Amino acid sequence: MSRNPECIAMLLAGGQGSRLGILTKHIAKPAVPYGGKYRIIDFPLSNCVNSGIYTVGVLTQYQPLELNDYIGNGQPWDLDRENGGVHILSPYQQIQGTEWYKNTANAIFQNINFIDRYNPKYVAILSGDHIYKMDYSKMLAYHKEKDAACTIAMLEVPWEEAPRFGLMLVDDDNAIVEFEEKPKHPRSNKASMGVYMFTWEKLRRYLLEDEANPASSNDFGHDLIPAMHAAGERMFAYPFDGYWKDVGTIDSLWEANLDLLDPKVDLDLTDTSWKIYSRNPSLPPHYVSADAAVQNSLIAGGCDIEGEVDFSVLFSDVVVEKGATVRDSIIMPGVTVRSGALVQYAIVAENAVIEAGAVVGKRPEDMQDRSDWGVAVVGENITIGEGAVVAPKAMIDADVAAQ
Amino acid sequence: MRTNNVLGLIFSNAYDSALQELTTLRTMGSVPFGGRYRLIDFMLSNMVNCGITKVGVATKSNYQSLMDHLGSGKPWDLSRKTGGIFILPPFSTKESAGVRNRIEVLRGCMDFLSHSREEYVVITDCNVVCNVDFRALFDAHAKSGADITIAYKTGVKPSLIDLMRLEMEDGRITDISVGAPTGETETYSLNIFFMRKALLERLINEAVSLHFDDFERDIIRRNLHTLKICGYEETGFVRTISGLQSYYDANMELLERENRRALFTPERPVYTKVRDDMPTIYGLDSKVSNSLIADGCTIEGTVENSILFRGVRVGRGAVVRDCILMQGSMISENAMAGCVVMDKNGVLKPGKTLCGDKTFPIYIGKSIII
Repeated sequence: MSRNPECIAMLLAGGQGSRLGILTKHIAKPAVPYGGKYRIIDFPLSNCVNSGIYTVGVLTQYQPLELNDYIGNGQPWDLDRENGGVHILSPYQQIQGTEWYKNTANAIFQNINFIDRYNPKYVAILSGDHIYKMDYSKMLAYHKEKDAACTIAMLEVPWEEAPRFGLMLVDDDNAIVEFEEKPKHPRSNKASMGVYMFTWEKLRRYLLEDEANPASSNDFGHDLIPAMHAAGERMFAYPFDGYWKDVGTIDSLWEANLDLLDPKVDLDLTDTSWKIYSRNPSLPPHYVSADAAVQNSLIAGGCDIEGEVDFSVLFSDVVVEKGATVRDSIIMPGVTVRSGALVQYAIVAENAVIEAGAVVGKRPEDMQDRSDWGVAVVGENITIGEGAVVAPKAMIDADVAAQ
Repeated sequence: MRTNNVLGLIFSNAYDSALQELTTLRTMGSVPFGGRYRLIDFMLSNMVNCGITKVGVATKSNYQSLMDHLGSGKPWDLSRKTGGIFILPPFSTKESAGVRNRIEVLRGCMDFLSHSREEYVVITDCNVVCNVDFRALFDAHAKSGADITIAYKTGVKPSLIDLMRLEMEDGRITDISVGAPTGETETYSLNIFFMRKALLERLINEAVSLHFDDFERDIIRRNLHTLKICGYEETGFVRTISGLQSYYDANMELLERENRRALFTPERPVYTKVRDDMPTIYGLDSKVSNSLIADGCTIEGTVENSILFRGVRVGRGAVVRDCILMQGSMISENAMAGCVVMDKNGVLKPGKTLCGDKTFPIYIGKSIII
């Protein structure tokens, strides 16, 4: 720690993501695969590195094995460094006893010692479950320019979706006037992205106060930030207008993946000046056979495609046999879709096998009652037996026998 | 045998002149192959996968691209405190103004050899594409009690004049010869040599002091009767690159499933430098058939029987047949390429047509725009 970084990042990666159901049975939400080769956490991690933030604490709690393993020493993100680098911060035992991270602010509170070791001037608090590309250094410059205690990244969302978000009312200078947490009748469509920049000295003080307050639920959005605001600290919203998605539900995960196939969506992962880094498996290029028909899809390394693939995202090492069809689906690493099987409007998790003739999911237009429709999900290592049918909206976490 | 007791040594420039088109700007070792690899990846991975942890890469010329590729050796797990990868630049003395032959390259490696503690050394070239378990070779060496073991293959000899043809009796090599291939099935060297490091050092010192200049004649052939030199047959998928045609053919052979299975076996992965490309994007009207496609490509046209390296773009209405398109190259809208080997960042402009033949592929140099 010879040099004090100006800014370090704390990445909240402990969330279970319970609405993702069986997809997060064994992994934390930030470790959920996305976009054919990434995991969600690759986005904030890559953003940090691309923004020049090289000290990152990753706070893990729920099912951390896969995530810890994935991050490892941080080498894929250039975060294996002599000064700083990536640090996995798990809850730990203290003299007073053992405490889990009770909530977001408490998680940072428990790691004050970590931040103090680097003694930065600013701390970025990030969430490990969002897909977006953002230059935090611009946000930091804005934070400094406004001489703010706290700057919150802000995105204008469609009014009809606004009630799902924490909203901010701002003045002409983007100073925050008021917060509204998931209001029924929103007065603003400016949503908080869960990306915060704090002046460390201020944040440190409010963390201690928040922890001392027994009535607090120790949450950033719910407690700490309103407390700062009530105390009259300078708080600003930082406008962001790129692609941002919280992949909190099966539908949004499915959608966010397929967004990559939409040229109108503003998320360009081919941009070499803002690469999204990930841990790469050592696999040969993918193969598309003479019998295959692949269109409008994203296909990763090691795949072997002999069937039909349309409007889908295939992760590494997926096999689609001759006569099999995959459309409008997300197929995670190592999945095999055997000949004659049909996978549509589905998410198939790692290493699952869809046996010959099985049918997974249904097209919404084939439904008698559209309200019963949803994306079908097949859990990891599951086998869907020959000829078996998996209904739309189903979540399969046990093998399905052949029909 | 403890495999961390074996030192690896790779000649990155061997047979450069056979593949002039691709080695004008680079070493044989850094020639792109198989959609995302460089030739040196195969031998490096063979070494690493059998437990070797220290590898010297001997260079002669044009090794900038090789150094870029190898970096610190991290992708092969060769960025290490003990051992790891060592790039051995050419070594010239007053007596030898430049580095001309294999013996002089080896001489330049003497310091590296003498400072290594490993007992054995395995020496290879880069123009041999294979995925083999070197441990089996080492075991055969120990079992036969040989002083030197040379891996060989039976088949039509590649058209490299000075590649050794081996004559054997009960596994022991009794004579060698060089010269053009006869076209018949022959037994030819894969230039994978295994021996005690001390023996190699002795042979080099001897060759240098006697002004020998031909490795095959003055080191191997001369010692056939004083040393026990044995052959070890490699029966798997092994291709020796001996020119543009064989380079083209060997790439195309990867379109066969069994060849891919043999070269890319999950037990022994082939490692290479990571580029962090996104997965390949297939556009609405893409038609791809019988092709090997690396990450980071954008395909909106038709691709048949081809190998696309990372970051290749095929525009709308474009047709690519029987081609090898290297990293970052582009076939623009409505252009057509047939039997073309396009080096890195080449561009075929909209509407242009470029056609070679499967028996005479056209080579387009690096960054050339047509």
